[in-house]
Amino acid sequence: MKGFKIIVLAKQVPDTRNVGKDAMKANGTVNRAALPAVFNPEDLKALEQALRIKDNYPGTTVTLLTMGPGRAAEIIREGLYRGADDGYLITDRKFAGSDTLATSYAISLAIKKLAPYDIIFGGRQAIDGDTAQVGPQAAEKIGIPQITYCEEVVSINKNSIRIKRRLDRGVETVESTMPVLVTVHDSAPECRSRNAKMIMKYKHAQTVSEMQESTTDYISLHDARPYLNIKEWTVDDLNADEAWLGLSGSPTKVKKVTNVVFTAKESKILGDKDEEIEDLIKELLENHTIG
Amino acid sequence: MPNFYNDNKHLKFHLSHPMMKKIITLRERDFKEKDEYDYAPLDFEDAIDSYEKVLEIVGDISGEIIAENAASVDKEGPSIVNNEVKYASGTSVNYEALKKAGLIGLSLPRKFGGLNFANTAFVLANEIVSRADAGFANIWGLQDCAETINEFADEAIKEEFLPKFTREGATGAMDLTEPDAGSDLQAVQFKATYDKATDQWLLNGVKRFITNGDADVSLVLARTEEDTIDARGLSLFVYDRSHKAVTIRRIENKLGIKGSPTCELVFKNAPAKLIGSRKFGLIKYVMSLMNAARLGIGAQSVGIAEAAYREALKYAQERSQFGKPIIQFPAVYEMLSVIKVKLFGMRSLLYETSRFVDMYKTYQRIAEERSLDAEERQEMKKYQRLADVYTPLLKMISSEYCNQVAYDAIQIHGGTGYMKDFPVERLYRDARITSIYEGTTQLQVIAAIKGVTTEAFLSRIKEYEKESLRPELVFLRKTLIKMTEEYEQTVQNVIELKDEELLDFHARRLVEMAGNIIIGYLLVLDAMRDEEYQAVAEVFIKRAEANNKERVYYINVTEQRDLGIIRQ
Repeated sequence: MKGFKIIVLAKQVPDTRNVGKDAMKANGTVNRAALPAVFNPEDLKALEQALRIKDNYPGTTVTLLTMGPGRAAEIIREGLYRGADDGYLITDRKFAGSDTLATSYAISLAIKKLAPYDIIFGGRQAIDGDTAQVGPQAAEKIGIPQITYCEEVVSINKNSIRIKRRLDRGVETVESTMPVLVTVHDSAPECRSRNAKMIMKYKHAQTVSEMQESTTDYISLHDARPYLNIKEWTVDDLNADEAWLGLSGSPTKVKKVTNVVFTAKESKILGDKDEEIEDLIKELLENHTIG
Repeated sequence: MPNFYNDNKHLKFHLSHPMMKKIITLRERDFKEKDEYDYAPLDFEDAIDSYEKVLEIVGDISGEIIAENAASVDKEGPSIVNNEVKYASGTSVNYEALKKAGLIGLSLPRKFGGLNFANTAFVLANEIVSRADAGFANIWGLQDCAETINEFADEAIKEEFLPKFTREGATGAMDLTEPDAGSDLQAVQFKATYDKATDQWLLNGVKRFITNGDADVSLVLARTEEDTIDARGLSLFVYDRSHKAVTIRRIENKLGIKGSPTCELVFKNAPAKLIGSRKFGLIKYVMSLMNAARLGIGAQSVGIAEAAYREALKYAQERSQFGKPIIQFPAVYEMLSVIKVKLFGMRSLLYETSRFVDMYKTYQRIAEERSLDAEERQEMKKYQRLADVYTPLLKMISSEYCNQVAYDAIQIHGGTGYMKDFPVERLYRDARITSIYEGTTQLQVIAAIKGVTTEAFLSRIKEYEKESLRPELVFLRKTLIKMTEEYEQTVQNVIELKDEELLDFHARRLVEMAGNIIIGYLLVLDAMRDEEYQAVAEVFIKRAEANNKERVYYINVTEQRDLGIIRQ
C-alpha cells in the first residue's frame, strides 16, 4: 500500500503546567513572557499517532501545521526532530487576537492548500485555553468527517480508519472514511523523544524571518539543503478574507476573569467499618470525585 | 522528573573542557564529512552544539523514563522464557526509547550509521543513564562491543554487524569469564574449533557471569590453539544470536543491578566469526575491550554517586530532628561535604581519563588512513601511556568512592534509608558491584602500580604543577607540591628495598597517594574555569593530605618481617 499523507496541527502554548505567581497579568490575561513556550502536550500525542502510521506504512509523509508568532517555528523544528517531514508556519500580524473561530478559519484555508491529504491529526485541546474547538471547527469548515477523543488508531486501510475513542465512561471504536480530522486525547501514548540524527540534521532549519534576524550566516547552507527552509504562510498566501481574521473575526468576548482558590472547607472522620467505607465510596461516586 | 543533562551543570562543564576542541577536530578530520552526511557537523561549534542537543535527549529519556522505571525493574528483574532472556518490562521500554532516539552506536563511524561522537560524549551519556538506573546502563553501555568490532574486525564483519547496532538497535555482550576463569582470564578453556566441512568456526563450552548474555551480538573469548594453557592460545569471536546455538542455563540472583541479566551460557557448535587475528584475543582485543569497559564502570560509579548525593542532600534538607533540619548538624553536613568532594573528584578524574582515551584512539584511527607525523606519533604514545595507567586508577578510585558515597547516603537517611521505601537502598546495592566486576579493585592496583613505578603519574603531576593559576589558588598548589615530594620519597623508600612482595603489599596505598594528588590538581584546575570548584578543591586536598600522611606513616613502619604476621 502507498503511504498516507498526514497533516498534524500543533500549537505553541505557554507551559501552564508549571505555573508560578507571575503567570497571570493584573488584567487576567496570560503573562506569556513569564512562562516557557512548549509544544502543546496533546498535539505532541497527535504527532506520535501520525509517526506510528509512518513507521508502519513506508511512503507516509507527516506535515506539521502551526499558527502563531515567528518563534512558533520552534514547533516545526520539534516535529522534524521526531520524524516529521516538513512543516508550515501560518504567521501574520493580522492573525493577532484570533479566537477559535478565526483560528479555525485560517487553519482550514491552509489545510485546503495542502490537499490532497488522508488524515489530519491534532490534539483534543490546548492547555492555554482548553476549548477543544479548533479541530472540530476546522473539519466543519473544510467539510470532512471528524473523530474526537482518539486514544488509539486501531486499524487503517486505503480508504478508512478505525479509531478507539476515550470517553468519560468508557471507550468506543468508530470508523470513518478518509480524509478525516482526528483529535487526540490525553490518554493516548506519549510522543517519542527527539532523534539524535534528526536533531543534527534539522537544527539549522529556519523560516525566512528567522534567517533575517539570525546572527550566524547559514544562507549558503539553506541553499544547499532546501529541507532546512521552514515555509511561512501569511494572510495573502492563504487568500484569506481579513474580516474573518484577528480581532474582527473573533466574536469571543471575555466577560470576567476570576481567581479560583481551592481550599478544604470541612473534614470528615470515618471509622474502619465496611459500611462507612462503602458510604464514602458512594458519596464520592455521586459527587463525581471518582468514577 | 527533570532532564538529567540539563539539571547538572557539571556535565556541560566537562564537555566544554578546552581539550575537546582538539579531540573533536581530530575525530572529524577537520569536518570533512559535512557534505556527505546531513547530520555531520559543519565546524567545532556546530559539533559541540550537537553533542549538547543529543545529551539533552539522553537526559530527557533518563529523567522521564529510565529513572521512573528503575524501582520496578529492580523488583521485577529479568527471567528466562523459552530459552530467551525476557527483560523486566521497564527495561524493554527504556531500551526502545533509546533505540528510537537513535542512541545506539554513538561513537561508530557514520558510514556504519553511527554518530561518530567522541568517546567523552559516550562517557557523559553513560554517566547520565547510570544515574537513572545503573543496571540498565550495563545493557545500554554494552554497545561498546560494537566499538571493539569496529576497531579490530575486518571490513566484511564490520559491514555485517555494525549496522545491526545503529539501524536495528542490537544489544551486545562480552562473553569472557567461565566458572574457573574469572579474574584470571588466561585460564579460559572454552573452545573454538575450525570446521573444515562447513568452513567456519564453532564454539563449544560454558560461560558464566555474562552480563546481558542473551544479547543480539556477543563477543566471545575462546581457545583456538590446542595444547596451550595461557593467553597466547586465545582468540576473539563474534556470535550472532540468530543462530540459536546457545542455551541460557540460568540467570544469577544478585544483590544489586537486578535489571541487568547475568547469565550462564552453554554454547553447542555455535557458528562464529573470528575477529582480527588468532592468538590476539586476550592480549590485544580483550585488553582493549576491558579498558573501555573500565571507563564505563567509572561513568557508572559517578552516575550512582550523583544519584546518591542528590537523595542524601534532599533528605538532609527535609528531615528535621531536635527542632531543625539535620543538614545543620556538623556530623551530617560533613558527611554531605565528603560525598560532594568525592563525587566532584571522581568525575574530574573520569573525564580526564576519557580525554586521554579519546586522544590516542583518534590518532590510532587516523593512523589507519595515513601515516602520522612525528609530533602526532609522539602525542599518540603519550596519551596511550597516560590512558593505560589512568584507566585502572579511575576504575579503582571511582568504584571505591561510589561505594563510600552510597554508604554515607544511607547513613544520612538513618533508619529510613535502610528501608525499601527510599531509592537510596537500591543505589547502595547497585554500587557494590562496581569495585568487583571488570576487574576487582585489587586487580586495578596491579595495573595502576605501573603508573607509580614507571613515574607516569609523577610526570603528569609535574605537568599539572606547571599550569598557571589564579593567586587565590596558589596555596593549594603549595600543599600539592609538598604531597608530591612526600609521595616521591615514599615510593623511593619502598622501591629501594627491592622486595616484590612488599611492593605488592603497599601497592594500593601508593596508587591511592598518587590518585589523591592527581584529583587534587584536577579540582584546582577546574577551579580556574569555575569558581565553585575552589571550595571543593580545598576540602578535598585537606582530606587528601591527611589521608596520604596516614599511608606514609603506615608504609614507613611496615617492614618485610611484618608481612609474616599479617600473612598468617
